Amino acid sequence: MQGQGTFNLPPAASTIAPAYDSLFYFIYWLSVFFFVVITVATIAFVIKYRRKKGEAFKLTTGFCHNTPLELVWSVIPTLLIFVIFIWGFQMFMRYWVIPGNAMEVRVTAQQWNWNFKYPEGASREILVVPKGRPVKLLMQSVDVLHSLFIPDFRVKMDIVPNRYTSLWFQADQEGEYDLYCTEYCGQKHSRMTTRVSVRSESEYRKWLEENSVTPTGDVLYKRYGCNTCHSLDGGTGNGPTFKNLFGSTEKMSDGTMVEVDDNYLRESILDPKAKIVDGFEPVMPTFKNTLSADELDSLIDFIKTQAE
Amino acid sequence: MYGSSEKNYLTYPTGVKSWLFTLDHKRIGIMYLVLILLAFAAGGFFALTLRLELFRSGEQFLDQDTYNKFFTLHGAIMVFLFIIPSIPAALGNFCLPLMLGAKDVAFPRLNLASWYVYVLGAAITLYSVAMGAVDTGWTFYSPYSTQSGGEVISMTFGVFVLGFSSIFTGLNFIVTVHKMRAPGMTWYNLPLFVWGTYATAVIQVLATPVLGITLLLLILERAVGIGIFDPAMGGDPVLFQHFFWFYSHPAVYIMILPGMAIVSDLIAVHSHKKIFGYKLIAYSSVAIALLGFLVWGHHMFISGQSEFSSMVFSFITFFIGIPTGIKIFNWVTTLYKGQISLNTPMLYALAFIILFTIGGLTGVFLGALGLDVHLHDTYFVVAHFHYVMMGGTVIAFLGGIHHWWPKIFGRMYSELWGRIAFVFIFVGFNMTFFNQFMLGSQGMPRRYHDYSGFYKTDLFERYHGFSSFGALILGVGFAIITIYLIASLFNGKKASDNPWGGLTFEWATTSPPPTENFSYEPVLKHGPYDFDKVLPEDI
Ligand code: HEC
Ligand SMILES: [Cu+2]
Repeated sequence: MQGQGTFNLPPAASTIAPAYDSLFYFIYWLSVFFFVVITVATIAFVIKYRRKKGEAFKLTTGFCHNTPLELVWSVIPTLLIFVIFIWGFQMFMRYWVIPGNAMEVRVTAQQWNWNFKYPEGASREILVVPKGRPVKLLMQSVDVLHSLFIPDFRVKMDIVPNRYTSLWFQADQEGEYDLYCTEYCGQKHSRMTTRVSVRSESEYRKWLEENSVTPTGDVLYKRYGCNTCHSLDGGTGNGPTFKNLFGSTEKMSDGTMVEVDDNYLRESILDPKAKIVDGFEPVMPTFKNTLSADELDSLIDFIKTQAE
Repeated sequence: MYGSSEKNYLTYPTGVKSWLFTLDHKRIGIMYLVLILLAFAAGGFFALTLRLELFRSGEQFLDQDTYNKFFTLHGAIMVFLFIIPSIPAALGNFCLPLMLGAKDVAFPRLNLASWYVYVLGAAITLYSVAMGAVDTGWTFYSPYSTQSGGEVISMTFGVFVLGFSSIFTGLNFIVTVHKMRAPGMTWYNLPLFVWGTYATAVIQVLATPVLGITLLLLILERAVGIGIFDPAMGGDPVLFQHFFWFYSHPAVYIMILPGMAIVSDLIAVHSHKKIFGYKLIAYSSVAIALLGFLVWGHHMFISGQSEFSSMVFSFITFFIGIPTGIKIFNWVTTLYKGQISLNTPMLYALAFIILFTIGGLTGVFLGALGLDVHLHDTYFVVAHFHYVMMGGTVIAFLGGIHHWWPKIFGRMYSELWGRIAFVFIFVGFNMTFFNQFMLGSQGMPRRYHDYSGFYKTDLFERYHGFSSFGALILGVGFAIITIYLIASLFNGKKASDNPWGGLTFEWATTSPPPTENFSYEPVLKHGPYDFDKVLPEDI
C-alpha cells in the first residue's frame, strides 16, 4: 500500500479522494466544535448548579424561553446544514458523472468471488488498472446483491442482479489496495475480497499481454476457487474429488447412473444444479458468466488429466 | 419480599393467574419488562460472542455460518424483541396512565392481548432459532433471503406477529392520551414523556403495517415464488429495500423518540428546573415522527436507486436533524440555574445528551450524499447507530428504569452501586463503539466474519481488539446492574412516594401505587415542570 492515510481516513489514492477528505474533515471539525460546546456547557452547568448534599428542594427560576438564543441555535445549524447538503451533493455528482474517455472494465460479482474482464480480452480475479487514466467499472451480479468497495479510492457501489450498475475512479498512485464486498451476500461474504493493483501505463500493457493468453487449467483451478471444494488427491471436500473422475460412472441423487464425459463435465460446471452427485449438497455456484469458452476448455482438459 | 400488610398493585390480588389475566397496565408493564430484559440478555449474549470472535483476525471459535447467524440474531432480537417494545411497552405502559392521572389505559384488554401477541411472536422467533435460525441479517435483503437456506419463513413470520403487538400498544396509547387525561390537563400540561410516547404511537400504528406486508410478500416469495423481489423470478430486489426501509426508518424513531421523551423528563426533574422550550420539544417530537416517514431512501444512496431520489432523501434527512439539534440545546439550557442532583437516573440522562450528540453529529456525515459513498456499510455506520440506539435509547431506558424503579417496586436500589455500574457502562460503551468510527472510515466493512489477509488487517485488528475489550467492560456493567436491582427488591430501602421531587401525577400517589392508581380523583393544579412555583411537598 502506498502513501499514508490520516487518523480517520485511509491513503487518498484516487483523484476524487482529496476532495472527499476535505468535506469529511469540514464536517469533522464542525462536529468537534458542537460536541465541545455541548459537553462543556453540560459539565459546567452541572458543576455550577449542583445541589449540595442534604440541601432541601427550593423554587428555581422559571427561565424557559429566550427568543434570540433559540433563533441562534436554529438558524446557524440550518445554514450549516445547507452548506453541507450542497457540498455533499456536488461530491455525489462527481461520483455520478463518468468521464467519456474512461476505459471500461466489466465486473462480474458472484458468491464469493470477483471477475474482471479487460477491454483487450483478458479476464482475471484481480483488478489491475493503469495509473492516471479514468476507469469505469460496469458491474453485474449473477446471484444476490453485492457491493464493490475500494476504501483507498473512496468508491463504492452496490451490484444488483439483472441490471448493470457502474462506478468510476482515476487512480493516481501506483500500489496495491484492498477491494471488499460490502453488501452481505451469505456464507463467505467476508472472503469475497480481492486486490487492486495500480501500475504505470507500460507495466499495465505488459500485464495485459501476459494475461491475454488463456492460462492453463491448473492455474484456473485455483483462480476460480475450484480447489476450495474439489481435491485432486481423492479426498472429499464440499464437492467430489477430481481424481479419476473422468471416464467413471457415477450415481446421481435421483438414482440415475451417469457416465462422466466431456459433455457431463461441461454441464456440471455451467449448470451445476442440473445433476447432483449422490451424497453431496447442491452448493456449487454456476460459472456460466465467469468462464470464457477457452477457459472452460482448459478446465475440462485439466480435469481429464486427473484420471489415469 | 413485601409485607402482606401493604395492599398495592404488586401484592394484591395474588397468584399466578391474577398476573396472567390481569388487566392492570402496571402489571402488564412489568410482564413486558421481564420479557424485554430477557430478550436484551439474549441479544447481548450474541453481541458479546461476536465481539470475542472479532477480537483478532482469522477465525477464533465461531465458523462463518454460526457467525452469520449470530449477527442476524443479535440484530433481529435487539430490534424487534427488545428495543422497539422496550420503552413504550414496559415503561410507557406503567407510566402513561399514571402520568395522565388515569386509572388505566383506554383498552385494558387490548393491552393484555398485545402482551400475548408479543409472547406468540417471540415463541415463533424462538422456534425459528431452534430449527436452525437464519443468516440473512436482520434486514432480510432479497434475493439472498429468498434463496438462502434456513428458517427465513418462520423468522419473518415471528417478526410479522410482533408487529401486531406494537400496533396494539400504539393504538391504545393514542386513544388513552386523547381521552383519559385528568380534569384540567390540557395538551400543554402533558409531561414530555407522554408527548414522546404519543408521537411514537402514531408511527407504530402507521408504519408497522408496511413491514407486515413486506414480510408477508417475502414469505409468499419463498413459499410459492410469486416473483416480486427476486430477479431470478422477474422481481426487483431494490423494491424490497424500499418497502423494508419505509418501515424500518420510521422504526428508528419508534426507538429513539421514547428515549428523548424519558430524557426530557429526567433532566427537568433532576435539575429541578422548568424545562426549557417545552413546546418546541413537544412539537419537534411530532415533526420528527412525520418527517421520519420521508427519509427511508437515505439507507439506499448507492443501492441503484435514482440519483435524483438520493438527492431528495438526503435533503429531507438533513431537515430532520434540525428538530433533533434543537432538543439537545433545550436540554442543556434546562440545566442552567437548576438545582442539579447527580443521582443515577440523572447520570444516564446526561450521558444520553453526550452520546446522542455524537450519534447525531456522525449522522451528518452519512446524510451528506458524497460522504455516504465511502462510509456506507462500514463500521462507521455500525458505530453511528449504536451511538443512537444504545447510547441513546438504551441509556435513556436505563435512566428511566432507575428513575421509576422506586415507583414501580417501592424500593430504592443502592445508589453507590448504581453509580459504579454507570461508570462501567459509560466507559465500556465508548471503548466498544467510539473506535468503530475510525475502523469504519478506514474501510472495514460490516458483517465480516474474518478480516485476515488484507493490507489493512493490522490496523483493523488494533481497533477490533480494543472494541472487544470494551464490550467486556460493558458486560460487567450490565451484570452489576442486574445484581443490585434484583437485590433491591429483597433488601432495598423502602422508597418514599416522591424520592426525586417530581411534580407529575405519578409522584403524587403511593410507591408502589394501589391497583386503581390513585386513592383520590387527581385534578391538575400546576404544569408538569413548574419547579418555579411548586415545591415537591405540595403536589
Ligand atoms: C462451493 C464449493 C464448490 C466450488 C467452488 C466448485 N464446486 Fe464443483 N461441485 C461442488 C459440489 C458440492 C458438487 C457435487 C454436487 C453437484 O453435482 O452439484 C460439485 C460437482 C462438480 C462436478 C461434477 C463432479 C462429479 O463427481 O460428477 C464438476 C465437474 C465440478 N463440480 C467442477 C467444478 C469446477 C471446474 C469448479 C471451479 C471452476 C468447481 N466445480 C467449483 C462444489 C463446488
Ligand atoms: Cu458479496
